[in-house]
Amino acid sequence: MVTLQDLKRISDYEWEIPQTFRPDMRVPVRLFATRRMLQDVMKDKSLEQAVNAATLPGLVGHVIVMPDMHQGYGFPIGGVAATRLPDGVISPGGIGYDINCGVRLLGSQIRLEAAHPHLDALATALNQHCPSGVGEKGSVRLTEAELEAVCRQGSRWALKQGFASEADLRRTEESGCVEGADPNKVSKRARERGRPQLGSLGAGNHFIEIDLVEQVFDSTAASVMGLEQGMLAVQIHCGSRGFGHQICTDYVEEFQGAVRRFGIHLVDRELVCAPLSSPEGQSYLAAMRCAANYAFANRQILASSARKAFEQVLAGKVKDWHLYQVYDICHNMGKIETHLIDGELMKVCVHRKGATRAFGPGATELPDEYKAIGQPVLVPGSMGTASWVLVGTAASMEQSFGSTCHGAGRLMSRHEAKRNVRGEQLRQDLEAAGIHIRAGSMAGLAEEAPQAYKDVDQVVDAVVGGGIARKVARLHPLAVIKG
Amino acid sequence: MKPEFGFREHPHTADWELEVWAPDLATLLEQAARGMYTLSGMRLEAGSPQERSIALHAADAEGLLVNFLGELLWVEQEEGLGFDVFAITVEDQINLRAELRGSAIANLDKEIKAVTYHNLAVKTTSQGLRVNIVFDV
Repeated sequence: MVTLQDLKRISDYEWEIPQTFRPDMRVPVRLFATRRMLQDVMKDKSLEQAVNAATLPGLVGHVIVMPDMHQGYGFPIGGVAATRLPDGVISPGGIGYDINCGVRLLGSQIRLEAAHPHLDALATALNQHCPSGVGEKGSVRLTEAELEAVCRQGSRWALKQGFASEADLRRTEESGCVEGADPNKVSKRARERGRPQLGSLGAGNHFIEIDLVEQVFDSTAASVMGLEQGMLAVQIHCGSRGFGHQICTDYVEEFQGAVRRFGIHLVDRELVCAPLSSPEGQSYLAAMRCAANYAFANRQILASSARKAFEQVLAGKVKDWHLYQVYDICHNMGKIETHLIDGELMKVCVHRKGATRAFGPGATELPDEYKAIGQPVLVPGSMGTASWVLVGTAASMEQSFGSTCHGAGRLMSRHEAKRNVRGEQLRQDLEAAGIHIRAGSMAGLAEEAPQAYKDVDQVVDAVVGGGIARKVARLHPLAVIKG
Repeated sequence: MKPEFGFREHPHTADWELEVWAPDLATLLEQAARGMYTLSGMRLEAGSPQERSIALHAADAEGLLVNFLGELLWVEQEEGLGFDVFAITVEDQINLRAELRGSAIANLDKEIKAVTYHNLAVKTTSQGLRVNIVFDV
């Protein structure tokens, strides 16, 4: 068990669990958090899970945990780990079941004053246009051939079908398509789950939210992104639905045998892995990329549906009702990237599970307009609190494999939230605070109550203090659609 | 005194954790299924009973548990069916045959993404078997 005494202070915002903490650790664990946040960090097993993750073969640098960390399964949520090519491992549990869960931000030139009388109608229209909830099918039903095209092309498929613009793709991580996807590595069961669900939000912590750009901290970066104080924005948070869940399930099962074959000793079976150079590792990588591309297409179709909802409600009532893409980021992904580690440029597989890529200014992976300011980072809060737009920094490239936090991070268990919060009362409280709510399940709403999450402002202060992101704008929720 | 078999939820920050106990593996699997359905808030429609057979093989008892619950999630999500009558036989801890009876799902509060192997270990106790299962939700 990790205690406060085991943490070595690196700075006011960075702490280390040294490699000597446990004999089986291959690298130290680095934690971004303020001293004040450490008490909350100790309440669950997230640091113990980070130590477990630090035992995987082929790790380089540190295992990193972000201030929004919380206990997950295998890896902690908020974890980043990089393994060296070709012999380091890839771990499906280090990426998560919801492969390429991520966030998209759409900006607008719609002033709050002009939209205010229509917010309730906008919430209803978004809820109608964007299928959500337990077991809900998507707005697009795919044939087998179309699913394969989605797997290989991601948002490019959506562009061909009229759901996207070139600008949308340019402002999406990986331009909305990870190369190297191979649908032949995806099981029949995953395909069956994936075909009917494209264009759906799902349930749980996924949402669509209308926000107000409440405060701008970096007017240059905000201006480049097209974000202006007093204007509306829309966030879409979801992933690869049952398609990704099944791919992860399939490979976690397959890798149970692979670790025996490769003689890899594990402290937790959910950490199963295979060398990146092995046929097993390559198969998972190819299948995971199919799910990643599916998720890009999914958020793209939902963005298209959100645009239809805005047009339906606001056309003729406000001057410009259009929603344009600010950026789309992944926070559950495995990526092959090149990083400077211990003075050496190294090709690594960066596992981000509940962590956002946050490349600094000048990164070649960014669209031209963002090269000077760094990659936009989207950090949603809970449904009653702020969300943040940040940018990556040069320090994030050096300290965290170009990564930062992904959200507020849970503080309270779902069990405790359900016990303490009544869904219907919460809905009334949020409505009284001026936040329009559309929710498929009151029990689900209670589990996602704002009090179940950490203070997102503190999380952001910790990553900004640690130098791995910069503040651009703070968003305030106006309407939330949850499954 | 704890009943001979059963399940209960344990607090888990992000996901769901279920403790299950039973005198033998077949009963443990049945209780795990009932526990999973309870966590999801599943309610079945009255009438029109449906039957399904499941046969599974796994490397060990933990694998059997994950695969069995995974099969139930698959049927739940693809066919909209849940079960409340279980006849399960297990051979050598690794081969399962289940005859299931249930009906269409009338209500489901929450979706389970996956059954995980996180710290999964079927342990022998003085009363039989015990396991803690973490579900990704």
